[in-house]
Amino acid sequence: MIKIEKLHKSYPIGKDSLHVLKGIDLHIKEGEFVSIMGSSGSGKSTLLNIVGLLDIHDKGDYYLNNQLVKNMNEKKAAILRNKFLGFVFQSFNLISYKTALENVALPLYYKGMKRKDRLKVALEYLEKVGLKDWANHLPNELSGGQKQRVAIARALVTKPKVVLADEPTGALDSTTSDSVMDLLKEINNEGMTVFVITHEEEIAEQTKRIVRLKDGIIISDKLTKVV
Amino acid sequence: MFDLDRWREIFQSINKNRLRSVMSGFTVAFAILLFTLLFGIVSGLSNSFKSVFNDDAQNSMFVRVWKTSKPYKGLQTGRGVQLRNEEYNFVKEEYANKIQYQSARIYKNVSIKYKSNADNYALRAVHPDHQFLEKTIIDEGRYINNRDLKEKSKVIVIGRLIKRDLFGKKPALSKRVNINGSSFLIIGVFSDEGGDNEERQAYMPVTTAQMMYGNNDYISQINLGYNPNLSLDAAIAFGNKMERDLRQKMNIHPDDQSALSVRNMAEANKGVGQFMFVLYLIVIFVGSGTLIAGIIGISNIMIFVIKERTKEFGIRKALGAKPSSIVGMVVQESVLITTIAGYLGLSLGTYILSLIGNSLEEGYFIKDPSVSPEIVMGATIVLIISGLIAGYVPAKRAANIKPIVALRAD
Repeated sequence: MIKIEKLHKSYPIGKDSLHVLKGIDLHIKEGEFVSIMGSSGSGKSTLLNIVGLLDIHDKGDYYLNNQLVKNMNEKKAAILRNKFLGFVFQSFNLISYKTALENVALPLYYKGMKRKDRLKVALEYLEKVGLKDWANHLPNELSGGQKQRVAIARALVTKPKVVLADEPTGALDSTTSDSVMDLLKEINNEGMTVFVITHEEEIAEQTKRIVRLKDGIIISDKLTKVV
Repeated sequence: MFDLDRWREIFQSINKNRLRSVMSGFTVAFAILLFTLLFGIVSGLSNSFKSVFNDDAQNSMFVRVWKTSKPYKGLQTGRGVQLRNEEYNFVKEEYANKIQYQSARIYKNVSIKYKSNADNYALRAVHPDHQFLEKTIIDEGRYINNRDLKEKSKVIVIGRLIKRDLFGKKPALSKRVNINGSSFLIIGVFSDEGGDNEERQAYMPVTTAQMMYGNNDYISQINLGYNPNLSLDAAIAFGNKMERDLRQKMNIHPDDQSALSVRNMAEANKGVGQFMFVLYLIVIFVGSGTLIAGIIGISNIMIFVIKERTKEFGIRKALGAKPSSIVGMVVQESVLITTIAGYLGLSLGTYILSLIGNSLEEGYFIKDPSVSPEIVMGATIVLIISGLIAGYVPAKRAANIKPIVALRAD
């Protein structure tokens, strides 16, 4: 599903450049539940952004769904993101003036689905995350955990190949964190590839495979006892 | 391209962010309001100018004669000059392709009597074309025609006020009046925008007058309407040439203005035209300055708005929005706001102009200030284009920000 070979990425900082990813090799198969662990500055967010087509890499090859990602312009990237990827962010990133239902339906709008159909599908997904009764509430009327569940519903609504979660529990307390992780596990059990980035051990331990990153290189890649 | 979903997105965004929509709309509305008022007032000024010249046709010229003021070819100063049919026909044949209308005029003062009512009126003996040169409006009956000329008919066309004086409210058409002892048939009643004096005139065929007053071929003046296809400069050149030719033909010193002169509306038109042109240039300069200020205003607000929405755009892009869809959405929103706001400004401006109406005519020389449909159309197009620009430039920049940068924005 995701195949990365000798991936390099550096950011210019003034006249110098900061070498963030220094040759990453990673292969994630369909249906895996992978977490990327690392302290801040280890390059894990950069890796997720590149995998999520939100950023471009400098060197190396990246295959998404057996398709080489190269010379990607914004338009192509947008189409691929919409088709293959679902995002869950630490800060939820819901659009504040849209209701939960409208937020979930938004990716379907960009897919070109009719309004009636997409609201119906969106409601199904809200029901799946247990927020059907909150469909017509604005994000600021929801708790953190509820917001993140709306965001997960939004990530799932297009039936993507991979769900990318960047510190999905970073802004949540431990109880709500657990419920969010339970939801991600459930999605994974249904066959979805889930790719989580975290710096919390207890979150990583709930996934099936932990990849540890330090200073831009992979230092360990192990299956957990969950498997 | 009508995309209901896109419009729904836009209305939601406008509706949920009312303050900033109203703010950006206000700038445009105000600019257009000023623009409309400015244009309306200047067009009022222009109307005043036009109405001053409205009595006669815009292309009218006339040949006037008096007394010589310069000796020429042994002829003395102070000689009276008389136009005759000969000169009339000379002009007619010589400049046929440069003339639209032509008429002679003989001025007389006559006493017109109907039953016991009688008064003195100015009379003009004319050719049929005179109707168009003087912009005479026939209310009843008809004007003088070629048959009247040929038969030297004793017919007369009277002004609306003569009719009122002599007939009161009773019909005047086909009645006979007594003019200096002869009986004349009233064939028409006219009105004229030139004012009361013009409506106390009577017209009779030029041939009838020549027969009645001395049985000669004298005429007082030749009135012309130059061919409207001529440019102002060509019309002025034509007037000057005719003046030279007639002076030569009538043995008048080439520079003797007193003896014979051609008055040409083309010259006055050119002067007024130049003045109005300069005035409009100023208005266009000031007006477009106002518009540009409005456009810059909305651009500024749009830049701010888009900065504020950068994160939202980042989210939308992460969810699969193409850059073109972001740009399209912002531009459409901006065009919608500018168009609505501009239309409000325009309507308010037009309303104020209609309130002012003609109250400024006296003292300020502004008559019927209004904006023409062309100006309205033009301003609307300018608005839409400015909305496009104001939205497009910052939206294009925002859409090109990488999604991760946009997502990090707060």
